Amino acid sequence: MTTLDDYVAHIEGTCGAEKDVIVTFKYEKKQEAIANILKKATLKNNLSGIIYELTFEGNSFRLYGSGKAIFRSIKNRQELDRILSALLLS
Amino acid sequence: MFDPHKVREDFPILKRKVNGHPLIYFDNAASTQKPRQVIDAEVNFYQNHNANVHRAVHSLSQEATELFEGARKTVSAFIGAKDTAEIIFTRGTTEAINLVAYSWGLRNLNAGDEVVLSLMEHHSNIVPWEIISKIAGFSIKYCNVHPDGTLDYADFESKINKHTKFVSLSHVSNVSGVVNDVKRIAKITHERGALMLVDGAQSVPHLPIDVTDLDVDFLAFSGHKMLGPTGIGALYGKKSLLETMEPWQGGGEMIKEVTYNAKSERCGTSWNDPPWKFEAGTPNIAGAVALAEAVKYLQKLGMLEVFLYEKMLTEYAESRLRSCCTKLELYGTTDPSLKCGIIPFGVAGLSSHDVALFLDNYGIMIRSGFHCAQPLHQVFKLQSSARASFYVYNTEAEVDRFVDVLKEMEQF
Repeated sequence: MTTLDDYVAHIEGTCGAEKDVIVTFKYEKKQEAIANILKKATLKNNLSGIIYELTFEGNSFRLYGSGKAIFRSIKNRQELDRILSALLLS
Repeated sequence: MFDPHKVREDFPILKRKVNGHPLIYFDNAASTQKPRQVIDAEVNFYQNHNANVHRAVHSLSQEATELFEGARKTVSAFIGAKDTAEIIFTRGTTEAINLVAYSWGLRNLNAGDEVVLSLMEHHSNIVPWEIISKIAGFSIKYCNVHPDGTLDYADFESKINKHTKFVSLSHVSNVSGVVNDVKRIAKITHERGALMLVDGAQSVPHLPIDVTDLDVDFLAFSGHKMLGPTGIGALYGKKSLLETMEPWQGGGEMIKEVTYNAKSERCGTSWNDPPWKFEAGTPNIAGAVALAEAVKYLQKLGMLEVFLYEKMLTEYAESRLRSCCTKLELYGTTDPSLKCGIIPFGVAGLSSHDVALFLDNYGIMIRSGFHCAQPLHQVFKLQSSARASFYVYNTEAEVDRFVDVLKEMEQF
């Protein structure tokens, strides 16, 4: 069964007052992760396939072609895992 | 004539691509890349000379000791120390500052005493003093910083008084690149009877340094920010002070004798001389040897040339950013006479991490966040900042590419 660990290399809080969270996808799975996310989330803005402004269930986040995403105003790790699972797995 | 293209040939990593683009490394204030000569020195040590230093009588140990103590001599000359005993090898700037805080601070600072720091300090020059102030009971005063990131010298003078026993300030801000007049600060500090430590993490790699001329009591710096390996750095301390200080870590190398007294059923100890008194345990020998190679590399380039080249590159970058990027804001002073090769900036509507991730897509490495200097971000009223920082292998062509990518990002 596919799990978040199959897609996610690591999750790290950013250094700064913003308290954002950066999710880095595994190199070999990043294209698949990006494709899955773009299928489920609503696209607000896009620049040359490098940076995507997206929303999902009221959460806004940015996705990068290099295989990273910045999530904002996430309550806690459980909330983030739930969102990532919905975006990547289901 | 300083030629960055010739310099670049010595750095194997600069030939690689990141995310399909040639690597542009603008995160030099965090750590620098290593030239072949430094990498070879470390490999050569392990392949041909590896043994523990001091005390052993065998040939290999003597070779290792000669290389290690030779490295101390090289580092000592690089910063203009009068005596090689004034150079203590540490893991880096952080450990060097902690050494002074615990060894000198804990034994000399008491309730009623004051230590003066500034709001532009890296956390490594704040936290050790805050920790030991809770143990020893002394106070800490923070010197203000102007909105442009320069030190408020009038505020500094007002905060140093008869209770001040110690001043610890950075030479160059790791966020703004502002260069503090540490010679002036040291003079004022000494006139008031206090001692001064300079955090040289961002100055020793980029400026000509002469501790004798600056007349500072301690200078801390890191090898990895000046082309050397990680895990090695140094503390310079005036010999007369080091001789009076107690060790802060115990173990091998730092003792003269450990004798068991059967009557008291305890061991008596006597300390080695400086610098070994402060180097408990087996040191990072290969790291020190490779650091010396990095020093020799910089000496060959010439520190004045290094400084002037970075200054030119910073001025060029700031001027291109100002003229080409409409949504970009440069933080801190842009007066070239007050700063060296660090550019803090932001892009309207994007967080510093967005900026860093966008540039990363194009193989351009910059830093984002607080850069371990949260109080200065409070002064600047910023959530975080993006930071480009240059070194000897960066070029105008790289700056042009950086500006082009930022211009593209502004369309988002």
